[in-house]
Amino acid sequence: MSLWKKAAAVMAGAALAVFAIGAAAAEPLKIGFVYVGPTGDFGWTHEHDLARQAVEAHFGDKVETTYVENVAEGPDAERVIRQMAQSGHGLIFTTSFGFMNPTVKVAKQFPDVKFEHATGYQRADNVSTYSARFYEGRHVIGLIAGKMTKTNTIGYIASFPIPEVVRGINAAYLAAKSVNPAVKFRIVWVNTWFDPGKEADAANALIEQGADVIMQHTDSAAPITIAEEKGVLAFGQASDMTRFGPKSHLTAIIDNWSPYYIARTQAVLDGTWTSTDTWDGIAPGMVAFAPYNPALPKEVVALAEYARFGIMLGKIHPFTGPINRQDGTPWLAAGETASDGDLLGMNFYVEGIEGALPK
Amino acid sequence: MLELVARKEASRFMLWLTPALAVVLTMLSGLALFALLGKDPFEAVRVIFVEPLLDPFSRTELLVKGAPLVLIAIGLSFGFRAGIWNIGAEGQFTIGALTAGAVALAFWNVEGIWLLPLMALAGAAGGAAWAMIPAWLRIRFNANEILVSLMLVYVAELLLSAMVGGPLRDPDGFNFPESRMFHDSATLPIIIEGSRAHVGALAALGAVVIAYVLLHRHLFGFEVRLFGQAPRAARFAGFREARLVAACLGLSGALAGLAGMFEASGPVGQLVPALPSGYGFTAIIVAFLGRLHPVGILLAGAVMALTYIGGETAQMAMNLPAAAINVFQGMLLFFLLGIDVLVNYRIRLRRAL
Repeated sequence: MSLWKKAAAVMAGAALAVFAIGAAAAEPLKIGFVYVGPTGDFGWTHEHDLARQAVEAHFGDKVETTYVENVAEGPDAERVIRQMAQSGHGLIFTTSFGFMNPTVKVAKQFPDVKFEHATGYQRADNVSTYSARFYEGRHVIGLIAGKMTKTNTIGYIASFPIPEVVRGINAAYLAAKSVNPAVKFRIVWVNTWFDPGKEADAANALIEQGADVIMQHTDSAAPITIAEEKGVLAFGQASDMTRFGPKSHLTAIIDNWSPYYIARTQAVLDGTWTSTDTWDGIAPGMVAFAPYNPALPKEVVALAEYARFGIMLGKIHPFTGPINRQDGTPWLAAGETASDGDLLGMNFYVEGIEGALPK
Repeated sequence: MLELVARKEASRFMLWLTPALAVVLTMLSGLALFALLGKDPFEAVRVIFVEPLLDPFSRTELLVKGAPLVLIAIGLSFGFRAGIWNIGAEGQFTIGALTAGAVALAFWNVEGIWLLPLMALAGAAGGAAWAMIPAWLRIRFNANEILVSLMLVYVAELLLSAMVGGPLRDPDGFNFPESRMFHDSATLPIIIEGSRAHVGALAALGAVVIAYVLLHRHLFGFEVRLFGQAPRAARFAGFREARLVAACLGLSGALAGLAGMFEASGPVGQLVPALPSGYGFTAIIVAFLGRLHPVGILLAGAVMALTYIGGETAQMAMNLPAAAINVFQGMLLFFLLGIDVLVNYRIRLRRAL
């Protein structure tokens, strides 16, 4: 090849490259989602995926979304997040706590990509965090559980002893106790977010121990199915799980991520995205509820609705003193409400819950 | 009626052809599976098997994913040859990560090049010690090591989550069950700039070479093979079974523990409850796919790593469900074992009486 031909080839290549970049600018915004479970878990990941679809429906051709499901919260997460950043995604949602350090690590290497990490506490210039005040939902279903239990025993399937889960147990217990002083909680720790087999075993064990209402902080619908078989009551997790237990399913706390995802996508499209820390509850609609089971007594529905509106209007706070810790030491004085800082680091049971928190 | 009849001697050629055949059959069934899912099957197979090789970062990730698989499988292959079934490498991996991580956290603010070797030692010792439990129970009480080693996986995982939720928990981490991030001195050196490929890959290569020498040029390898093929003859020759059980389990435990240390101080950089991500179990497939031969294991580890990374790429590029990838990997072992039966036995038609 002569020198001229070479030069021409290089020029053509350069022109192509320039053209490619020009074309890329007009291309849709690529948005990536990293899921900890399968999209078919009908719980946590399912809701994130519904929100992803809502983003697609809302923005149409302006965005293009991709997702990777079943990503373990271990060494693989960093590779998946990095592959997304590398393959031209402009906005990446990492939707589980265990993706925190990998997200922050990758974000450092891709300063132009925006990252959104769910339920974590580490932020950076291009990393936002977001979570929902699930404990507000737990307060409402705690009231229903306290009213509906006949054995005064509520079974709770818990995942990991992190503040979010402990907060949920405490909120549900305090609410149940407020309407039924004789109520007792039995708690099983399954050390997983999603494992239908383990969750079903836990539900069975709790029912054998006398629980007639099951609450869960794990993502599969298996406990609902078991509750339906055994004729006890249950609440869906993260998503409406009515179809798994038409009789047992009283309501569910629904994580509604769509408004947040749409707002954040809009911000990236407008160029107004900044790193933020969002913790929304019932009022902005991030925490919602599935329809009440028609079999729920009217006065119980009224009680739940009263609490829901109270929280929405800021009149009710699920953690209002006097509240003591499990060991009897005072936590909140009468009338005092818990600070977000206390809630975010919660690592103790409130007074009245039996058993030790796994350390 | 069909009947299986053992062949006098399986053909050596077929023995080595089997894994390749299994890969080809898996690809063919994969084509059918992906077509049924409504995806372009050839594109899917291309994305899984070729795409990761074209991208420089994915190539380095093959080392990250393949190194622990090879390291663990090498250790397992000794026991498997001798008929000693360590199914609990996942647990030994977990304990190795835990003991090494405990050392890293104990010297959290201390700098020194001695720290990583000390952690490696702690990881290998931890893994070996964990494997000594089934070894001792088998030697002393003739307890089944398959069951004991497998059950200890769950004990190890619970121990890890108890430790990172308790004594090893990050004091500034809002009670989340994770350790602190390790300091630089406790983090593995990277061998390829800008990637996550760490010195563990070199260690895995070293293990392949050493295993080859041990197995084919050393009395220990002879002992192992003899025990697997003719246990009575081995006893007559004066080899002690107890020593061999301890050696095989200890060796596989040590290598799995070392792999755990690499994982904790390499790509993860801290102790987290989800650290054990199935390497110990996948390594069993790798060991058999590689015909329990060190070089075979190296190749098999590369193939398995490729399906993992290609599987993720396929999810991202084509929205293939993760379960399809798992089915794909499962088929690999299925075909391997299936063809193995046909290599070692032949099918005879028996007339009904």
